[in-house]
Amino acid sequence: MRHPEFVRRFIALLRKETRQMLRDRSNLAVGLLLPVALILLFGYGLSFDVKNAPVAVVLEDSSPIAREAVAGLQGSTYLAPAWVANMDAAERLLRAGDADGIVRVPLDFSRRLATGDARIQLVLNGVNSTTAQTVEGYVNGAIATWAQKQADRAGNKAPAVGRVEVVQRMWFNEAGNSTWYLVPGLIVLVLTLIGAFLTSLLIAREWERGTLESLFVTPVRPLELIFAKLVPYVVVGAIDLMLCLLAARFLFEVPLRGSLTILLLASMLYLLVSLLLGLFISGKTRNQFQASQLAMLVSFMPAMMLSGFVFDLRNVPLVIQGVAQLLPATHFMGLIKTLFLAGDHGPTILRSVAILSLYAVVLVVATQRTLRKSLD
Amino acid sequence: MSDGGATVVAEGLRKTFEAPGGGPLHAVGGVSMTLRAGELTALVGPDGAGKTTLMRMMAGLLKPDAGMLRVLDIDVAKDPQTVQDRISYMPQRFGLYEDLSVQENLDLYADLHGVPQNLRRERFGRMLEMTDMARFTDRPAGKLSGGMKQKLGLACTLVRSPDLLLLDEPSVGVDPLSRRDLWKIVQQLVDDENLSVIVSTAYMDEAERCAQVFVMHEGRLLAEGAPGALRERARGLTYVATPPSGTPARDLQARLIDAGTRIVDAVPKGGAVWFIRQPEAEERALDGLLIGIGYRSRPEELEDAFMMMLRQQQTKETHAAPEAPTPSPQAASNGNGDKPVIVVRDLVRKFGDFTAVASTSFDVARGEIFGLLGPNGAGKTTTFRMLCGLLPVSSGHLEVAGMNLRTARSQARARIGYVSQKFALYGNLTVRENLEFFGGAYGLRGQALRSRVAATIAQFGLEPAAISGLLPGGYKQRLAMATGLLHEPEILFLDEPTSGIDPLARRAFWRTITALAQAGVTVIITTHFMEEAEYCDRIAIQDAGKVLALGTPQAVREQAGLDGGADMNNAFIAIVEHGRAAGRGDGKGAGA
Amino acid sequence: MASFMATLSQIIALVRKELLALIKEPASRALLIAPAFLQALLYGYGATYDLTHVPYAVLDQSRSAASTELLARLDGTGVFVREATLTSSQQIAGVVDAEKALLVLSIPPDFETRLALSQSAPLQLVLDGRNSSTAGSAASHVGAIVAAYNASLGAGAPGIRVERRAWFNPNLESRWNMMPGLIAALSMLQTLVLAALSVAREREQGTFDQLLVTPLTPMQILIGKALPSILIGLLQSTIIFLIIRFWFEIPMQGSVWLLYFGLIVFTVASVGVGLSISALSLTMQQAMLYSFLLIMPLMLLSGLFTPVRNMPEVLQLATYANPLRFGMNIVRRVYLEGADLIDIWREFIPLLVLAATTLPLAAWLFRNRLS
Repeated sequence: MRHPEFVRRFIALLRKETRQMLRDRSNLAVGLLLPVALILLFGYGLSFDVKNAPVAVVLEDSSPIAREAVAGLQGSTYLAPAWVANMDAAERLLRAGDADGIVRVPLDFSRRLATGDARIQLVLNGVNSTTAQTVEGYVNGAIATWAQKQADRAGNKAPAVGRVEVVQRMWFNEAGNSTWYLVPGLIVLVLTLIGAFLTSLLIAREWERGTLESLFVTPVRPLELIFAKLVPYVVVGAIDLMLCLLAARFLFEVPLRGSLTILLLASMLYLLVSLLLGLFISGKTRNQFQASQLAMLVSFMPAMMLSGFVFDLRNVPLVIQGVAQLLPATHFMGLIKTLFLAGDHGPTILRSVAILSLYAVVLVVATQRTLRKSLD
Repeated sequence: MSDGGATVVAEGLRKTFEAPGGGPLHAVGGVSMTLRAGELTALVGPDGAGKTTLMRMMAGLLKPDAGMLRVLDIDVAKDPQTVQDRISYMPQRFGLYEDLSVQENLDLYADLHGVPQNLRRERFGRMLEMTDMARFTDRPAGKLSGGMKQKLGLACTLVRSPDLLLLDEPSVGVDPLSRRDLWKIVQQLVDDENLSVIVSTAYMDEAERCAQVFVMHEGRLLAEGAPGALRERARGLTYVATPPSGTPARDLQARLIDAGTRIVDAVPKGGAVWFIRQPEAEERALDGLLIGIGYRSRPEELEDAFMMMLRQQQTKETHAAPEAPTPSPQAASNGNGDKPVIVVRDLVRKFGDFTAVASTSFDVARGEIFGLLGPNGAGKTTTFRMLCGLLPVSSGHLEVAGMNLRTARSQARARIGYVSQKFALYGNLTVRENLEFFGGAYGLRGQALRSRVAATIAQFGLEPAAISGLLPGGYKQRLAMATGLLHEPEILFLDEPTSGIDPLARRAFWRTITALAQAGVTVIITTHFMEEAEYCDRIAIQDAGKVLALGTPQAVREQAGLDGGADMNNAFIAIVEHGRAAGRGDGKGAGA
Repeated sequence: MASFMATLSQIIALVRKELLALIKEPASRALLIAPAFLQALLYGYGATYDLTHVPYAVLDQSRSAASTELLARLDGTGVFVREATLTSSQQIAGVVDAEKALLVLSIPPDFETRLALSQSAPLQLVLDGRNSSTAGSAASHVGAIVAAYNASLGAGAPGIRVERRAWFNPNLESRWNMMPGLIAALSMLQTLVLAALSVAREREQGTFDQLLVTPLTPMQILIGKALPSILIGLLQSTIIFLIIRFWFEIPMQGSVWLLYFGLIVFTVASVGVGLSISALSLTMQQAMLYSFLLIMPLMLLSGLFTPVRNMPEVLQLATYANPLRFGMNIVRRVYLEGADLIDIWREFIPLLVLAATTLPLAAWLFRNRLS
């Protein structure tokens, strides 16, 4: 015999797993199509930037100066103002969801402007608070700009006072482009989903179909089974990783400031953790129904909501932060954002890699235990 | 391992599970046995005897709760892996990878066991020939018929010669031809390679081939010994009676088996009825039962002894004798004269370029028991599925109670019952919940539902609180049958309903079926127990989608052309082999 | 009437069986109830865009009364927490890279002097842009504080005031937006998979044939399969709803009846999608993977994370087939805006169209899916 026993058995199992994976089109659909779909969605579909937010403008004061005051709303690409006859109509629009806000210039606007006490009312639909805040910012900005111009034109000199001016520099993402932080997060999401979805049924299915009973009474060792099940999906995950990296580089032009080697190694490590987590769920539940529900629950939503991807963990209570720290995704998310945007930061790399390695080891041992050859 | 040494030694072996009610269930309750090496050993016993639990403990898959178990001189509880490296085990339901092809399944197991390439070719060739699957090597295992899967599972187990071979009911659902071939191979392995084999089986003719037989019952050992020694128990009690001409053997059989005080067991065989007298009853007492019917004694068989042991246990536990079901009022009132209930004309079903059923025609009359026999993969299940409306026909005409169930209104389906080959009930529901659901689905409700469920549970000896999926194989099969009969259908489709259930339960089942037929229920049944064909009014033998023989059991036996007295098993083998030879000869096959 | 009762009792038998099969095992039971609780709490606290804690560092080279007062204003918000006081500009990179500080304020030595001379005094703000949206809102927060400080100095724009009033969410808390969305989103995640597995599981285990030979019509099977998933979905929605209402105490503006009417229509539509997947799938593996493949875009294109209006037009068109978009809209608008049926009837149309296509499709596929 040329190979040691375990190599031969491993190859036999590997061949079996690979065939099973390739034979079901749904595997490839999720393994390859889903990442592409996510790349496109994240790149083009999701944007936190408000564009053309509809705003109803009610000019109760029909004087030219009132008209001029809100004219500035029109010039921006962020707001789409629509002139409305009265407040009732505007409120109807707001209620129907056809306007995000109402700008109301009251009847006494020009009179009070003269006394330096003019008011403009802004009513916002607060349901989507982020949009509301953005709209508020732009409306304020447009009106302040006009007010400043008005003041300059009038030449009425305010008493000279010193003022603080904020000089702002956004490090790592000078333009404040949200794609730059969404794309590294996308890699985390893709690797999490691949792991959870593709591997979470692998062992449960064998329990349900009774194939493990036959397999157990052979010289096969549990570890051989685990690694044979992992390898084909590691390959799929690696392909997905490449797709994501290529998209990040050439489609979204996100800079990679850290080392590519470290990025690749860390990503493969996380992929392994993620696949192992799926396998562990599968082995633990021994039930496809439960495994699929669990996979759904522990992958997508936590990766979106709790890993620091969309929502910043700095804003959440300590307990929730603790829960977030339990997720491997959180650690990989921190690492990958740093690698992409900030560069090689030694302590971050070491800590994250150590935690992820620990997860990998613990999960291998735990999964192995679920595959102990026993029907008890 | 030396010849004559022990391959398995058990002492005071116990395994207890939690019973459905919460109490302990002694699956194996204190078994001591020594199994000799280099021999064929049989484990026989009714459903729930603990055969599978015992096998699983030997394979290192379950840990004994008490006692000692040494396999190949290794303490299997301590070191299961070393045992697993050296044995081969075929579980009751061999888990094939359904998305892998036949060849790929074989390769996988050969690789795992480290079978060298040069040995492999010869071995695979033999396995494929034995299982008659050489044509299907590229087909995914999931597309094989139930019996073919079983054969492939066996082939996967036999890819190498282990130090010990464990076979848990290997021939369930396997046709007589393949069964014969399978045993040829096992026997050859024992003879040539001095292999030790432990096999659990429900077929007594298989146990008879073994050097040593262990009879188990409810976790205990009832008897052990060579088949010859065990047979002794029935000496002088076995007879054969010839029914009056013109009446089916099953009527006489029914009369005899109902006379429980005088008769232990009766089965129709070769047009006559084989029966066993109760030891307590005098031979004279038979005369009263068999007025005007000739009978003579016959040599005893292992099955006779086994049936006696089981009956003794049964009376000890005062199990209710299987009660004959009340005739279905619906069935009795819904006759439409002499018109056949089922009409099949030139029925064809193709899957791609594979013809599963080729131009098949037959009629079944009301109240008839029609047997559909044939090797695995002959197209029986496909025919069934078309009749039940689960599969569209490729061409041809079929009528069940005057309509095609595929297009008929749903009420029409209420008149049929269907028991599929594979256990197809809800595994995580209890027996009662399954019955209540199917009763409800068939439109039973309220008091009618409750009384039908209660009656069915009693009739089939089921434990209502048991989780269906965890039942032993035989009980699953009983539950499946119970479900099919729950709504008292007019027409019953039974696809291998008796596979894997013990002889006692089979007798009870057939008693039910014959009573139903008397009440006017039409029964179409497939089976691999050829003696069961003797219960049928007419049978058809199908192979490769074609009908090879059609007629009464007597006519079919005659068609086989064997000398008189041939039993159904031999007749079946002869007809199929002849059909295959003719098929090869003219490339078209012989129609009946 | 009798035949109607018979039909009904058959459906009840099927629904009962389905529910039993679902909740028989304690693990499955827990899996259908517990996640709704846990997720509602976790995401209720976790999914927020509102800044509550901004760790910052300061390099105060001015060490003047003016700089101290400005920093005091910052610290007084409770949001900005000073993590480090730096002594040289070389230290800035360190605290930002290690994510100790989200922002660093650097106050030049001549800060107070320039203010005293009525000049403009630059305040340098370095932000960690790895999460650009947090950084952006932190910056605007700082901007507002500085503006207030300027105003106290007597600077600022002349005589015009924008009075803001936010309807439906007076303090513009992002949790108010997120949580009602979760009522629909979280329950859809599980019910869609639940429905998708229901038929596939029976096909895989061989029980579906047994079901098809019973007198149950495809419609009855459909209802029997759909109802348990719908019930579980509504149960999950209710759990989340109660947590939002009574734990997070977000005031409910609209009618509970309308909310539930919307939830029912939404759940029926998503169960229809799930059952269609199920009827198409041969194995549970396929059912699960295809439903995941679908769920991802449904979630991302629902408006839960980013508003639908911000999406490219092609994708906005695609969202008309997304039950979650409309389900979530209905819930948000009824819950937060107190919308009437007249306000939101349009949101029901896509859901009804979806249910009216997917449910009959699934029923047809039960019997006609080629095996």
